[in-house]
Amino acid sequence: MKVGIGLPNTTPDATGRLLAEWARRADDGPFSTVAVLDRLVYDSVEPFTALAAAAAVTERVRLATNIAIGPLRSGAMLAKQADSVARLSGGRFTLGLGVGARRDDYTAAEADHRTRGERLSAQLAHLRAENTDIELLVGGSSGAAFARMARYADGFAHGGGPPRAFASAATRARAAWHDLGRPGTPKLWGQGYFALGDPDRGSAYLRDYYAFTGPFAETIAAANLTSARAIKDFVRGYAAEGCDELILFPTVSDLDEVDRLAEVLA
Amino acid sequence: MKVCVLGAGPAGLYLSILLKKADPAHEIEIFERNAPGATFGWGVVFSEETLGELRDADYATFLRITDTFARWDAIDIRYRGEVLRSRGHGFSAIARKKLLAILQERCRELGVVLHFETSVEDPAELPEADLVVAADGVNSVLRRSRDFGTRSAPQGGKYIWYGTDLVLDAFRFSFAETEHGLIQTHSYPFDEHTSTVIVECPEPTWRAAGLDRMSEEESINFCEELFARDLAGHRLLSNKSAWLSFPRIRNRRWSDGNVVLLGDSAHTAHFSIGSGTKLAMEDAVSLANAFVRHGHHDRAAIRAALVHYELERRPVVDRFQQAAADSAGYFERVRHHTGLPPRQFAVNLLTRSGRISHANLAMRDPEFVRRADLDFAGEPDRLFAPPPFLTPLRLGKAVIPNRLVVTGEPRGAGLVRTEPIAVSEDGRITPETPVGVGSWPVGEVHESGALVMACLTHAGRRGATRPARYGVDVPLPENEAWPLVSASAVPYGPLSQVPKAAGEAELNRIRDEFASAAAEAATAGFDLLELDFAQGRLLASFLSPLTNPAEDRLRFPLEVLAACREAWPEERPLVVRLTVDDWAPRGATIEDGVAYARAFAEAGASMIHVEAGQTVAESRPVYRRGFLTTLSDRVRAEAAVPTLVGGHLTTTDEVNTVLAAGRADLCLLDVPVEA
Ligand SMILES: Cc1cc2nc3c(=O)[nH]c(=O)nc-3n(C[C@H](O)[C@H](O)[C@H](O)COP(=O)(O)OP(=O)(O)OC[C@H]3O[C@@H](n4cnc5c(N)ncnc54)[C@H](O)[C@@H]3O)c2cc1C
Repeated sequence: MKVGIGLPNTTPDATGRLLAEWARRADDGPFSTVAVLDRLVYDSVEPFTALAAAAAVTERVRLATNIAIGPLRSGAMLAKQADSVARLSGGRFTLGLGVGARRDDYTAAEADHRTRGERLSAQLAHLRAENTDIELLVGGSSGAAFARMARYADGFAHGGGPPRAFASAATRARAAWHDLGRPGTPKLWGQGYFALGDPDRGSAYLRDYYAFTGPFAETIAAANLTSARAIKDFVRGYAAEGCDELILFPTVSDLDEVDRLAEVLA
Repeated sequence: MKVCVLGAGPAGLYLSILLKKADPAHEIEIFERNAPGATFGWGVVFSEETLGELRDADYATFLRITDTFARWDAIDIRYRGEVLRSRGHGFSAIARKKLLAILQERCRELGVVLHFETSVEDPAELPEADLVVAADGVNSVLRRSRDFGTRSAPQGGKYIWYGTDLVLDAFRFSFAETEHGLIQTHSYPFDEHTSTVIVECPEPTWRAAGLDRMSEEESINFCEELFARDLAGHRLLSNKSAWLSFPRIRNRRWSDGNVVLLGDSAHTAHFSIGSGTKLAMEDAVSLANAFVRHGHHDRAAIRAALVHYELERRPVVDRFQQAAADSAGYFERVRHHTGLPPRQFAVNLLTRSGRISHANLAMRDPEFVRRADLDFAGEPDRLFAPPPFLTPLRLGKAVIPNRLVVTGEPRGAGLVRTEPIAVSEDGRITPETPVGVGSWPVGEVHESGALVMACLTHAGRRGATRPARYGVDVPLPENEAWPLVSASAVPYGPLSQVPKAAGEAELNRIRDEFASAAAEAATAGFDLLELDFAQGRLLASFLSPLTNPAEDRLRFPLEVLAACREAWPEERPLVVRLTVDDWAPRGATIEDGVAYARAFAEAGASMIHVEAGQTVAESRPVYRRGFLTTLSDRVRAEAAVPTLVGGHLTTTDEVNTVLAAGRADLCLLDVPVEA
């Protein structure tokens, strides 16, 4: 299993200098990928823009949206953004897409929330028909999301949770893959949150970032990986369940976090 | 911390014991509306692994509970007048009253304050506390007083919880035929004098039998008479027993501030898997441990513990609720299984919830499985039979050497399905779809010992797409595509070409193309023929209300079937691959699917290959391991036709279980194929 690291593009006050230095250190570290999240109505940096900055200062790591909320953008705009990051990085790009969970992002983007699933399918169909060789992942937990993943993507992006939750999603992803008649097996990506330097600040950020889920934010914050042991267990658990690539997202945007995580994984 | 517990059931009492044990400084008060000795129900069953958890959590309670246990290891199934026994199941049971008394006593020893006969109708009456526990069961008032995202729906049929003074020596399921339908019991012993008898049946049967209008006494008389053989002259005892529906409770969150749901108030699991008390007590263990881990010095620590508890328990509960749903569904439809031979009926029952497989059964009771396998093989006089998946299947004059079906390479399978073969150029799915059976190496497969099935298709509105390795339903560029036809002019997915609604002449041509492809397949030496009426392809699009506005949706598919039956040798089996459920709002449902299967069987189909979904691109599929198995079980039982099923079966044990239980006759194995 490969392990990647998130860029702090959704933790508040991220600067260009921070993102670039973060990406540069990740490129030097044991990480396979630098990944970003997508959130419109929040103090954050737009994901494709953040990856463009990372593309300019890295040579080795893959760059991934894990995930970007497709239907917030028009199909043509999404394709243009994806193509741009792929070009800037010399083809090191993986495009993970989903419908997201936040209604307020749709309102702000003036995008229809009701038809989000169909619109994501249309975007995926376009990307596939365009013949680009950008690797595609799809996330989501409904049956419809799994079918969409198997129909158009190269793999599945899991939204986080303990290894056991990943395992049951992986089974569903494989079942959907066979059902749609795809040869081979889907690539399986997982993700988790970590904070090694200042766990309380990290968990407070998660509580705020997920405040829209109500009390569930507490659950997410409680799952923050805040010790070397917790991270090692998590990585081992995901590897055992057949995850191909695991992304650990920071909840604290101190540069030292990259080195601390590198050390834990070494 | 100060803890206020509502409800002195197993959940509330056991949590109090464990908290107090972990930290005697806790002040714990329990409020219970009943008197100490009063309770509903009779005995409850535990399985072996629960006992391990209870031993580790509080040894004193464990000893007292296990001292009074009734223990046994057999399940009896009375069906068609015969009783079949399966051993090795490791059950124990205890009177609910006794269990509560033990837990109450232990609470008192540890200094938990118990208030009985205190009904709390308004949670505001409860004293201030750092932690408030809603352990007040299915109808929790505490849960109702706040927003936990509760969903409640009736599950299974009607049931009533009786006792009897007959002491059984096994768990017994008994099925009684009445003129109104099947009525069954779930019974088990729980002490030296008494057994539990739960009587259950689907609601329509319950009404037709007049049980909805009977008094307590009349209902007892009715059941005593019906199950007289099982009761062997003993009486049924009532404990204010009433006919009820079982509510399946789920909550989006299990805590709100300092209020936490525990046991039945958080989740229920249908009684037919006998796990509610176990889950309630395990909840208590998990929650008590969460406080050991996170402490309870301030609100943040308490919140963290509550979150931890929910994270730990939710996946376990989800698994049990899935098993419970499968089990409840089984008992609701069990009347359709009365066609199964007794031992297969028993295997179907024992494996109903997916928690026991063929291999598990063989480990628990090798003799039972040996005989079931012999029956399955139809050779009861031999010493051993091969496992079900290696048992040949006779279908018409064809004998398929084993029950595994693969698409493509033989690799040890008994039946090889071809990739879809189009009946015409414009019926192709992709440019790589072969047209006509001509080039197929039938002889090579025969040399490997397997039979070969030609799968004939017409892609309909799902045609002219790229090969699946680049994604599915991605249309070809316009200059490479060909025109599409379907039952109506509705495109399949985004970017898909708009098909033309086929006219009469076109339909006749397509029917003839199917027939001549069938004739060719016969000449080429194929052993079976499969017609593709599934997953939104041309013939399937006639069957779904989503794609065919016409009234008589069966007309054209039946015409094609008849033409092929004519062109295909009578003694060779003809299989219909059928979408039995569209998994989409306003689409065909499994009831439609069963009716279609029956119609095709009557028209000469030897077997139904069960599929679901993909009728429309945006649907709601239900993916999990073996996701088509229940549908196949229903088609096979309700339409009385042999079935072939896939749906992510990945091990021979899964396949053996499906076959031995009579949920299908052939299984498609999902093994990853190189891209
Ligand atoms: C027919 C049937 C058979 C079953 N068989 C089994 C079995 O074999 N094995 C098994 O493990 N489980 C079985 N169960 C499930 C089991 O009974 C429950 O899951 C278990 O009792 C749950 O425990 P609890 O403490 O959460 O709730 P309960 O046992 O329901 O306890 C709740 C308590 O709260 C009290 N209460 C409720 N409201 C108030 C109020 N407003 N004020 C004060 N007090 C209140 C009630 O009087 C009760 O004592 C069966 C259930 C049924 C219906």
